[in-house]
Amino acid sequence: MSRPRTSLPVLGEGGAPADPSRRGFLRNACAGAALASLSACGLEDFFHKSFRELSKEDVARVLARLEKRYSAQYGKQVAVAGTPPREGVEFGYGLDLSRCIGCRRCVYACVKENNQSRAHPQIHWIRVLEMEKAHGVDLAHSEIYYEADQVPRPGHFYMPVQCQQCRNPPCVKVCPTQATWKEKDGIVVIDYDWCIGCRCCMSACPYGARHFNWATPTLPAEEMNPATHYLGNRPRPKGVVEKCTFCIQRTRNGRYPACVEICPVGARKFGNLLDPQSEIRQVMETKRVFIFKEDLATQPHFYYFYAT
Amino acid sequence: MSGIVDFLAGCGRLVRRGNRAYYGWLGLLAVAILIGLGAYVHQARTGLIATNMRDQVSWAFYVGNFTFLVGVAAAAVMLVIPAYVYNWGPIKEVVILGELLAISAITMCLLFILVDMGRPDRFLHIVPFIGSPNWPRSMLTWDALVLNAYLVLNLAVVIHILYTGYHGHHYNKALIVPLVLLSVPAAVSIHTVTAFLYNGMASRPYWNASILAPRFLASAFCSGPAVMIILFQVLRKWANIDIKDEAIHKVAELMAYAMFVNLFLLGAEIFKEYYSATEHLLYTQYLWSGIGEHKALVPYAWTGLACNLLAFFLFLVPKTRRTFVGLNLGSILIWAGCYIEKGMGLVIPGMTPDTLGEIYEYRPTGTEWAIAAGVFGVGFLVFTVLVKVAVPIMSGTFHARAEPETSLPAPAAVP
Repeated sequence: MSRPRTSLPVLGEGGAPADPSRRGFLRNACAGAALASLSACGLEDFFHKSFRELSKEDVARVLARLEKRYSAQYGKQVAVAGTPPREGVEFGYGLDLSRCIGCRRCVYACVKENNQSRAHPQIHWIRVLEMEKAHGVDLAHSEIYYEADQVPRPGHFYMPVQCQQCRNPPCVKVCPTQATWKEKDGIVVIDYDWCIGCRCCMSACPYGARHFNWATPTLPAEEMNPATHYLGNRPRPKGVVEKCTFCIQRTRNGRYPACVEICPVGARKFGNLLDPQSEIRQVMETKRVFIFKEDLATQPHFYYFYAT
Repeated sequence: MSGIVDFLAGCGRLVRRGNRAYYGWLGLLAVAILIGLGAYVHQARTGLIATNMRDQVSWAFYVGNFTFLVGVAAAAVMLVIPAYVYNWGPIKEVVILGELLAISAITMCLLFILVDMGRPDRFLHIVPFIGSPNWPRSMLTWDALVLNAYLVLNLAVVIHILYTGYHGHHYNKALIVPLVLLSVPAAVSIHTVTAFLYNGMASRPYWNASILAPRFLASAFCSGPAVMIILFQVLRKWANIDIKDEAIHKVAELMAYAMFVNLFLLGAEIFKEYYSATEHLLYTQYLWSGIGEHKALVPYAWTGLACNLLAFFLFLVPKTRRTFVGLNLGSILIWAGCYIEKGMGLVIPGMTPDTLGEIYEYRPTGTEWAIAAGVFGVGFLVFTVLVKVAVPIMSGTFHARAEPETSLPAPAAVP
């Protein structure tokens, strides 16, 4: 297993026209249309405004209140960022099926990074499908619960599936309350404080990428990752839907998603599709990529390819 | 104002009065409601993990019941059309009873949605102006809109007719006739929109068939009138409402046609799935023959089909549909058949296998059964109370300034 890399220039420090005073800007972070929402207790929870209607000041207040609440709850300093999408960035993800060995390290790195419920319910944003080489990508002959002493197993290949961050997301279309939407950088996000838990989006998603908190999530305080984003890995309440956000708390600060960092075989590629120098653009230009369930015209930001 | 108080007090008296069977029925409903309430408290505390729904099958028993009941709500009112076309005589009674049934069914629909929500405390988020409904894109937003509009429409008609009837006035024709006419397309719309809720999901091939909305309407035309047939007979016997035999037999005949269309559409779907035999066949297979050792739905699927077929023949043959046994057995069979077909038979195969090919066999938990029993308890209670008030008004035994349920003529109105 490779050492975790941190702080990689995914966004290209000097590349595309970077916006001025980035860090400072990110700290106040909450300008623009698409951000946070209120979430205190009691009446304020009940009568708060939808999300994208909040003013800059409201957003700052909400984030501060959440930080206070989570810090008290988990007994550590928790940060809740509201970092907005950056100009000139559209994220893309590449997954090399010829390299993936089905070790599921990405699954558990994701759980840890994104504060998923550990058990009852156990929530995994990434699901690795073991497929038979004889059948190709065929869901009727795939297995999620494969148990192997050693991977890869002969005759099989592995296909990890997570939120494909569609350009044309069916989940967003069906949401009755606009609690989920597509951000400018291509990430589909959920406001956990606005979701009513109807699960229409779960019916609509062709990739099984959306997961429901069937009970209050179990998140041990000592394992809680305190670096959070409002739309990403902050702790979720019972009864709402959650999903992969390309590690929004990392990637909007120029880091790789946790699954990319952990992958021991380098099967996972990530970057800015609008930056000609980015790794993902190299993949797109030099490999033949395909998308999952292309007949549904969801147009994902997630590409599969065979490098070898 | 005193008229309203007087009316409500009279209604209260009517509802309180009844024989032992009536009180036994109310007691039964109360028990069902209490059981449901207890189960709901448990579910609210622990979360929807108290059900057997999981990420793989994320809609199930509650949503299935909801779908079936939308059909009941829709079809009861659609009986207005044949009542008018065939000139059944007591058309006003047919309209009122249909709308009372619709009101109760919609009440149950809304409750089933409420108990299915992960965050029922946030229901205001879908309300216009207060929340942020995703209109017109989200079908659930549409569904909430048309269901509530339909509820209000039916309530308005029923309350107006009953209230004026109580005061011995004729109802306002200029108001009621357009509203009743409007309620017919509204009935079609609630069921169509509910079908579209499933139909629009390209990720679920089992639902993503254009035949879905027509099938919904066809089966609704079976299940809704089935209740009405039984109700007509009960009211004819115990209340002074004259509903002709021919009317009831005509309803049964129409149901036979509706069931024919329903079975035909089912056949069309079965043919398409099995003949083309693409990867989408799996869902249909899960319903009818199971996949490997996963066969949870199979007995229900065949039971439902058998009920529907048997009822079809019972109602198709004039001789059997005109007998007491044939008529009522057919109604019960249709109710059961459609309940399986439009409930679990629709929702579960849509999600089994899930979008990544995983098979999770869903069976409702005790909590789900208990909550469903509670919801049905509420619905039947609403219906019982409404009928208890409506019937004496319609038969003229309950009106202003007269003791309810007396056979004495009302005192002459004071000029």
